[in-house]
Amino acid sequence: MAVNLKKTNVVIVGLGATGGVAALPLAQAGLDVIGLEAGTWLRPDDFAPDELRNNYRGWPQAIQKANREIPTHRPTASSQYSPRLAIHPMMNAVGGTSLHYWAQSWRLNPWDFKVVSETKRRYGASRIPKGSTVEDWPFALDELEPYYDKVEYEIGVSGKAGNIKGAIDRGGNIFEGARAREYPMPPLRGTPFTEMMGDAAHKLGWHAFPGPAAINTRNYQNRTGCAYHGFCARGGCHINAKGSTAVTTIPKAQATKHLTVVSEAHVTTIEVGSDGRVSGVNYIKGGTEYFQPADVVLVASYVYENVRLLLLSKSKAFPNGLSNNHGQVGRHYFSHNQIGGVIALFPKRINNWYGLPAQGVAVDNWADDNFDHSGLDFIGGGNLWVYSDRRPIAAASMSTFGRAPRWGAAWKAHIKQFADSSNTSYLQKTTFPYEDNYLDLDPNVKDPLGFPVCRITADYKDNERRLTTFVQDKMVDWYTAAGAIATEKTPMGTMGPTTHAYGGTRMGDNRETNVVDRWGFSHEAPNLGIVGASVMGTSGARNPTLTAQALAWRTAEHLAKSWKEIAK
Amino acid sequence: MTDFVSRREALKRVGLAGAAAAVPIDALAQATQPARGPLETLTPLEADILDAIVARLIPTDASGPGATEARAARYIDRALGGALASFRDVYRGGLAAVDAYARSSKGAAFTQLSPQNQDAVLTNLERNTATGFAAGSAAFFNVVLSHTIQGTFCDPYYGGNDRFVGWDLIGYPGVRLIATANDQKMEAPSSPTHMSAYDYSMFGKKKPARADAGPLRPEEPMVKEPHHGG
Repeated sequence: MAVNLKKTNVVIVGLGATGGVAALPLAQAGLDVIGLEAGTWLRPDDFAPDELRNNYRGWPQAIQKANREIPTHRPTASSQYSPRLAIHPMMNAVGGTSLHYWAQSWRLNPWDFKVVSETKRRYGASRIPKGSTVEDWPFALDELEPYYDKVEYEIGVSGKAGNIKGAIDRGGNIFEGARAREYPMPPLRGTPFTEMMGDAAHKLGWHAFPGPAAINTRNYQNRTGCAYHGFCARGGCHINAKGSTAVTTIPKAQATKHLTVVSEAHVTTIEVGSDGRVSGVNYIKGGTEYFQPADVVLVASYVYENVRLLLLSKSKAFPNGLSNNHGQVGRHYFSHNQIGGVIALFPKRINNWYGLPAQGVAVDNWADDNFDHSGLDFIGGGNLWVYSDRRPIAAASMSTFGRAPRWGAAWKAHIKQFADSSNTSYLQKTTFPYEDNYLDLDPNVKDPLGFPVCRITADYKDNERRLTTFVQDKMVDWYTAAGAIATEKTPMGTMGPTTHAYGGTRMGDNRETNVVDRWGFSHEAPNLGIVGASVMGTSGARNPTLTAQALAWRTAEHLAKSWKEIAK
Repeated sequence: MTDFVSRREALKRVGLAGAAAAVPIDALAQATQPARGPLETLTPLEADILDAIVARLIPTDASGPGATEARAARYIDRALGGALASFRDVYRGGLAAVDAYARSSKGAAFTQLSPQNQDAVLTNLERNTATGFAAGSAAFFNVVLSHTIQGTFCDPYYGGNDRFVGWDLIGYPGVRLIATANDQKMEAPSSPTHMSAYDYSMFGKKKPARADAGPLRPEEPMVKEPHHGG
């Protein structure tokens, strides 16, 4: 039998990028919070600059619950399963994947909140992609702006503002929505390579600017500035310059004495009372089962795990899974159309050996609705991103651009000459939810505890394919203008497990089509909150984390302010 | 032949620069071939075949030392007892199949073939036309190629990239804990550090255990690094 623990105010399932943020406003409001995290604490000396371990062996130093429940994938309900990934794209630890992510910390653009109404207004209703279930968000960017601001200042985001209260600054992104103030720190430094790319963009008449990152560029909140050592991608920070929640919001919440962190806690199900309200969570730690009762449960694991946990938590009140009486859990799933990119070969060494994926230069002219789509056959667009980041195994595994075989003397001569002359762009592109893209439980594949894993049924549609070609063509133009002697488009792939997953517990006012309300609380189980990108209904052309964190702060603040109504 | 320059370089390493003309080729090959240490996983016969394969995949030639000098086979031998243990059977079957295919198609053990014939055998593996491989010859070829690249360009802690020959080959200036703006200049790259991550005192106490089994499975040898934008 499970050990019954003492009741707490709020239990948070997962202390990663979003659960780690949500804990802070709750603890500061004096609510007692227990954070259950499947992973362990990791420290700077766990983060060796070791490409083999970090980038090829899936972080074996962490407790990887996620690796035992990697989602399966099939493009459509009638197609074959894709080969199962060997490594989960996310990791478990206090701080979660915010320990080793690229830390690009973009805000969404205003259009991303109003895709349906803006598309109808500008181009007509027929331009909404066929079969898409996209909705406008229940609010506009200005509602989220104060929370973006709070998170940027709390975790420490470096960058250059392009629009402060409507005043455009060409040093930043001229297409961004209005913000209240400048970033707390200046952007990461440019390099001769990123400056060369910026010059080429200007020659094309495009606007190039540095991107925002949750990485210190100077001492900030007792943490040092970035060392640019080249092991940031899938590598934790050895000097705590990266603003993971493990070194920002979580310790700050602990300092209030209102947050208790329980690591290596594997949450299995959420309990529901006869009144249809959640009563707490079951978890396993060290082989023992525990029941942690709570007034309110906040689910804050990753998209796949959020959906899976709800679907596994069946009860009399919710026979098809928690908060799923309208059949919306797992629906409106999509993953970012970010794989189809462009790689380039330059005639000289570009020295990308040091730096980090967030140290780069962006072009937003072809993102969102920043350009006229009247004569085009898609809506949305992509953010073009070029950066300095290269390690030796990956460099030696580079494309030979059809100029050499894959091995032998000619290959070796090629990589000797060009290993440091190739660059890979990162193109994040709008992706929409569709009727037939969804998450559910796999009927055959189970984790070691015997629980089914999450199954992804999803593939890109025509809108995503067309805009990928369009955006890749723009990237080829950019590289060519900068002097590239060869370029190659990489295939966009299919929609398997990814770091940029969205939906499954979408946020919206309509309870027939959304799992959570505009505050992030279940339409069906009122003391269940959900944070993370699983509540997001659109992707925009940028990384989800900062938006998911801003939403998490807003949900937590709403809970603290409305405690009596929500907790009862 | 392009071998001459590498011989000259090799001679410099063993202190014989200037004496190239006087040294027979066989003696030179012995001088440059690092002595094999004790094997941890492979049998001596398997190791001989693997040595011969990696020597063709990343050959020692005019462009510098190759997988032999990097000791990529030693990396693989050690990893098969730890992080790559799930590949042990793949190598057992695959290396035997390479030898059998060499004998049936070229009439001699793989290690006894000329470099040209070894390349021909490997090319057929790559094209998936070599017979006798449980999961197809291309699958085995891809496993060995990706592990040979890992063993040539990984942190030397893992037994490959010996004396940093892999990193020097491609001009990687090495592990630094801080990279300055100067280190990121396009021209005049920084001089190599020749430091393993674990040579830095901060990480020396927490070396990854050799038994750390990565979750890699034989059916998916080519692990691509996923994007982690933010």
